[in-house]
Amino acid sequence: MNGCGRAFVAVLRRDLVIGFRHRSELGNPVVFNIIVALLFIFALGNDPVILGRLAAAIIWVCAVLASTLSLERLFTPDYEDGTLEQLLLSAQPLPLLVAAKILAHWLLCGLPLVVAALLLGVLLYLPQPGYPPLLLTLLLGTPVFSLLGALLAALTVGLRGSGVLLALLILPLYIPVLIFAVAAVSDAVHGLSIAGQIYFLASLFVLALTLLPFATAATLRLRLG
Amino acid sequence: MNSLESFLHMGGYAGFVWPAYVLTFTLLLLNHVLQQRRQKRILRQLGRRATGERAGP
Amino acid sequence: MRMLEPFYKFSSPQHFYRLSTVLAPWLGWLAVALFTTGLTGGLLLAPPDYQQGESVRIIYVHVPSAWMSLFVYVLMAAAGVAGLVWNVKVADAVARASAPLGAMFTFLALATGSLWGKPMWGTWWVWDARLTSELVLLFLYLGYMALQNAIEDRRMAARAGAVLALVGVVNIPIIHYSVEWWSTLHQPASISRIGAPAIHISMLVPLLVMALAFTFYYVAAVLVRARCELLEAEAGSQWAQAAAATAAERP
Repeated sequence: MNGCGRAFVAVLRRDLVIGFRHRSELGNPVVFNIIVALLFIFALGNDPVILGRLAAAIIWVCAVLASTLSLERLFTPDYEDGTLEQLLLSAQPLPLLVAAKILAHWLLCGLPLVVAALLLGVLLYLPQPGYPPLLLTLLLGTPVFSLLGALLAALTVGLRGSGVLLALLILPLYIPVLIFAVAAVSDAVHGLSIAGQIYFLASLFVLALTLLPFATAATLRLRLG
Repeated sequence: MNSLESFLHMGGYAGFVWPAYVLTFTLLLLNHVLQQRRQKRILRQLGRRATGERAGP
Repeated sequence: MRMLEPFYKFSSPQHFYRLSTVLAPWLGWLAVALFTTGLTGGLLLAPPDYQQGESVRIIYVHVPSAWMSLFVYVLMAAAGVAGLVWNVKVADAVARASAPLGAMFTFLALATGSLWGKPMWGTWWVWDARLTSELVLLFLYLGYMALQNAIEDRRMAARAGAVLALVGVVNIPIIHYSVEWWSTLHQPASISRIGAPAIHISMLVPLLVMALAFTFYYVAAVLVRARCELLEAEAGSQWAQAAAATAAERP
């Protein structure tokens, strides 16, 4: 494996190891989602018909909120202990290292959302046909959240009140994914074709994957260079 | 529009049309006034700072 | 290279300040003249709409506000990029100054849109595609301003803002398309979008005049605001002190 590949794996491994060191935190997105779902259930009542109709929407809003909360963990700890500056000085291409960090972040924070969502589906009476599209849209959507979130996290790293600021900045950008993902699940439940929605989400995913690591790297250099 | 009254009445929609116009032009005017004040304030502060420095030891 | 000289001059804070002081009042008065013309055309000369009656007259402030809200964002992003790429302080100031103005236009578009919609829909708000997109745009402006305020160093704030504005400009079409698509899913057939009336020439002309008026207002306003931004940013410089001295001498 050449230098780039080794560096990528090294950054990935480091972030995953640090993530696993605080193993209990991995469950936080799941717990958070269940609590928020509970709030919705108290607010809406426990009628399976109503909840079933709203399940996809509630699950996706929970995913959006949980993603937003997890973003600060991406760059802030490394910024505070100087690791981020080390990355900037590395001989390896920064976009690659940033991509490794984003992958680690998604594995630690995005994947649990997928698990949480399946659980929430049960709690909120999501109809059977809704599960496969829910899974697919989450697998396409949560990486987009991580990639977009990384750009804005890089933009706001180290700022006072960056958590709330980050949320204010990122939420409008999450709206397209939210719209198409929930529509896909609803349409699937009603037996309609969801090809269009999936293509849209897939193209967002590809666009984000190819462009955003470079943009995020440039933003880090801008803020810290 | 034949009379001032019917003009102001706006075919019954006066309660919507006039607030829209009043709001718009109030904000445009307010922005102008506030920015003029801001400029005066800044220039005043700069002037004070300059004389303060010159008056130093 | 010779023809770029005026741009080099314009991009110096000192020259911009002077230019702005001279230009802004003229543009402001031009805007006033255009507003008067447009309002006369729109309120007095143009006919009421067949279906919507006199309430359609709100379009003469609603539509230009909406156009400006988008136009200013694009300009803000362009100025930001210019400042980012070529290190032009004036561009940074223009970008920073544009944000509150753009937010104001967005707010006006929303408020006048609501006032237009109430007699038509019966409610003060409807989540139709255009209004919803405008609301998201308002949040983009507010986010931009919050980011600028959160960063102490002006140069860094300008560069970060430029990145954010660029991200916004790319996302605005995506968001707009998504919201359009979404509104066709959920809108019951009885509530249609704010019906744009069939634009008759007697309505189009005042509308365009108003749009022009708003544009000149914006240019005048941004010149004044950017002037203030530059004074604040360059407070220690010669020219700023000189400007303050000149102002103090005047009665």
